[in-house]
Amino acid sequence: MSEAMEGDRNPSVAETPNEWPLWEVFVRTRGGLAHRHFGSLHASDGEMALRHARDLYTRRQEGVSLWVVRSSSIIASDPDNADSFFEPAADKIYRHPTFYQIPDVLKHI
Amino acid sequence: MTMLDQRGTDAPARQVGIHFDYLLRLGDDSLVLGQRLAEWCGHAPALEIDLSLSNMALDLIGQATLLLDHAGVVEGAGRDADALAFGRDALDYRNCLLVEQPNGDFARTMVRQWLFCTAQSHLFSELTDSSDEALAAIAAKALKELRYHVELSADWIVRLAQGTEESGRRIRDAFDWHWRFVDELFEFDAVEQALAETAIAVDRTMLRAKFDAALSDLLTLSQLEQPAEHYPVTGGRRGHHSEHIGPLLAVMQCLPRAYPGAKW
Repeated sequence: MSEAMEGDRNPSVAETPNEWPLWEVFVRTRGGLAHRHFGSLHASDGEMALRHARDLYTRRQEGVSLWVVRSSSIIASDPDNADSFFEPAADKIYRHPTFYQIPDVLKHI
Repeated sequence: MTMLDQRGTDAPARQVGIHFDYLLRLGDDSLVLGQRLAEWCGHAPALEIDLSLSNMALDLIGQATLLLDHAGVVEGAGRDADALAFGRDALDYRNCLLVEQPNGDFARTMVRQWLFCTAQSHLFSELTDSSDEALAAIAAKALKELRYHVELSADWIVRLAQGTEESGRRIRDAFDWHWRFVDELFEFDAVEQALAETAIAVDRTMLRAKFDAALSDLLTLSQLEQPAEHYPVTGGRRGHHSEHIGPLLAVMQCLPRAYPGAKW
């Protein structure tokens, strides 16, 4: 991948010029469910990534729909900043809806 | 002794003989190409391609199992797909010459896949209306698989043709190598003509125009020229194979022949 293109890419995903770029694969296991991250693979372009994803991740009928995304397009949180990112939520128990009495007649809540 | 000798002279026996022969042709095409593709297992250019090639191999071997099992039923001599796959020698194999050709490089494998699966998908599309209902059902199932093989191999042909100078040369060499075996895919001999009369088989010559149109589209997309004319080579349907089929069958058959009835 050329330097010029890297402006909008996540530089932490290393891509070497002679290797296919990395893609993340998302599979919808059945209608109505969300696409879930299944894994990653290498492919020359999006169309081939979709083909490889079909052969790698849905050969045992795991899915009904596939997404592939360039790994370098994903902006990820920094594990070193996990404290400031996630810990402040730990002591805010009032954000959990656990202070309500749910009537017994209501199901599926 | 060839299967022609076993056919007998009375009309019903002859009908069974040619029906059996036709199913062997279809089953052997799938079996031999499946075996060839399986040779890539562990050797493909990338892990992702390894899986794609193995998947296609398994599709084809699955089709062969159905077709040869059905052939065994039509024959009525108690042979199943395994008996037919592992118990026959090269002279009794009825596959076309294209599918037994060595894998060569990845470009050659992809071009062979596209040529065969394109012709076969047009054939199976017609066979879904065959008066042989079991064959029609097998064709309908196999058609979805074959269409995927066509798409995958077309994607690779376009990319290799427009890739580097070397990949482009390899794709042109691949078409050049395989072109002599293409006419045989549309061969419509006395066996198939007789079966077409009862709507079991279809007229293969009618499929050529669709094949040529698909090829023309692919070549345009890949910016490739029409392959140069070669003197066509045929004979697979009569058991006259190239030297390449012997080693292929030896690898495929050695275990069941050394340990008859082996299970694992």
